[in-house]
Amino acid sequence: MIEGKVHRFGDNVSTDLICPGRFYHLRGNLQELAKHTLEDADASFAKKVEKGDIIVAGRNFGCGSSREHAARIIKMSGISCVIASSFARIFFRNCINIGLPAVEVPTKNFADADIAEVNLKDGFVENKTKNFRLSFPKFPEKIVKILETGGLVEYIKENKSL
Amino acid sequence: MGKKTLAVQIISEKLSREVSPGEIVVLPVDRAFCQDGTGPLAIDGILSLSMGLKNPSNCYFFIDHAVPPPRKELANAHKKIKNFAREYKAKVIQEGICHQMMIEKFAAPFDIIVGADSHTPTSGALGCFAAGFGSTDAASAMATGSVWIKVPRSIGFKLSGKLKRGVSAKDVILKIIGDIGSSGAIYKVMEFFGGGLKNIPMESRFTISNMTIEAGAKTGIFPADEFVKEWLSAQGRSDDFRPLEAFEDAYEEKHEIILDDVVPCVACPHEVSNVERIEKVAGEPIDVVVIGTCTNGRISDFEAAFEILKNAKKLAAYLIIVPASQTVVEKMVEKGIFSRLNSLGAKILPPGCGPCCGVHEGILADGERALSTANRNFRGRMGNPQSFVWLSSPQTAAATAITGKITDPREML
Repeated sequence: MIEGKVHRFGDNVSTDLICPGRFYHLRGNLQELAKHTLEDADASFAKKVEKGDIIVAGRNFGCGSSREHAARIIKMSGISCVIASSFARIFFRNCINIGLPAVEVPTKNFADADIAEVNLKDGFVENKTKNFRLSFPKFPEKIVKILETGGLVEYIKENKSL
Repeated sequence: MGKKTLAVQIISEKLSREVSPGEIVVLPVDRAFCQDGTGPLAIDGILSLSMGLKNPSNCYFFIDHAVPPPRKELANAHKKIKNFAREYKAKVIQEGICHQMMIEKFAAPFDIIVGADSHTPTSGALGCFAAGFGSTDAASAMATGSVWIKVPRSIGFKLSGKLKRGVSAKDVILKIIGDIGSSGAIYKVMEFFGGGLKNIPMESRFTISNMTIEAGAKTGIFPADEFVKEWLSAQGRSDDFRPLEAFEDAYEEKHEIILDDVVPCVACPHEVSNVERIEKVAGEPIDVVVIGTCTNGRISDFEAAFEILKNAKKLAAYLIIVPASQTVVEKMVEKGIFSRLNSLGAKILPPGCGPCCGVHEGILADGERALSTANRNFRGRMGNPQSFVWLSSPQTAAATAITGKITDPREML
């Protein structure tokens, strides 16, 4: 079970905002790069985020560049789950592939600092501050297995194939 | 297969069975590639898998984003890629932007292409299924020779008529993105068909497929017709041609685009979908103009820009030119465009991604305003979150370079 404090973002947060191109030279040093997570969407995010926190965003989160570093530094910053009204597809795959849960539900009633719970097995998100629950369709079996094993690399190692 | 979309036709053919949208399938991959921004992470994944490369000759590592390397960290990233490729017998290619190299040298109708770069759909104009992925998917594709995808639904775009003078394919795709929005095609494929295709030459089709990702699409696909046949033949790859036909009745969702009605458009800061007709933004002051990149860095783009620039005595904006490949540079030299642009004061960069992704070669100052023929204008895209980027066609960019303010190219033709 995942439970954490919400960091609220709007629509169309691109991977350029999550992981700016001007830090391109830090891609070989993810620890350093993670200090700039979401810097161009919220310059204070990397300083205030705590382990277990949850990102809640609007439409098309993670749009733009395929840079997987964006999903990785979000995970490294301590975020336990990303919830959005919708995800850009490459970003969504990247999250699953590195074992970061990404869940689609309508997010308009979430605010900064709400406490959210995510139940991947039963397919619901609960806003514990505002006391409502939203369900989402269960992930396909393959995606559940990839998430459970910790990502695509681990999944392939375990299954010897895709 | 009369009523199948192009994507379903390609995927069904690859699996030798009929597939339906929504199904999750594991597809054999014909070509997998990375670039210097996504390659090092993919290499870590491949090494961690300890399976080697399934088909090394189908694995490509392009060095294009930061070329020549502007700092030691990136020089070291290039070295890591070259050393890995040498050891594992994969290809290293440094003669241009990955998408341009794919269309010049490798992509062919019915291919399944996994590219660790979001503009991989560029190759879809050749009638293949080419989609962008992250480094781990690319690593998995290279190691296992396969990729899992959900068979996508497609949106049909029926093109009719002919573009007017001063209007280009870039205006068509900007108009579409403005109309359907930045997530208008999310998880879907954008497919282009109709009688108007005969008036959209191959290089223009690449501009359109390149930008389908900006509407959230998985990829963009064109039929493989006579234009594709001619393109492949001109690249010395006639044998790669196979016809692929689109069927109008395959689409649940369909849009009609009358090319005669399209006008020059500009995407305003900081969203690609923030598209306005040129008359709404004409006169906006512009400091820097960029013509080129994987979206508009082909010879026909520079010819179109040059038709306007050739009459200029001087430029009011700082003009940066980024050809998509060394072959494009050769053609610019042959046609006399290179030297004329050079003497006009344009800064002609080596082929590559140049200033588009904000790494080097044209970072904007605080408050600076650029008009670019690239594909993205997100905040900070060109290296500075305090700057502003507009997107346009090469013609609009050329007219704007001369005046220093956003200018309708039709006034200069």
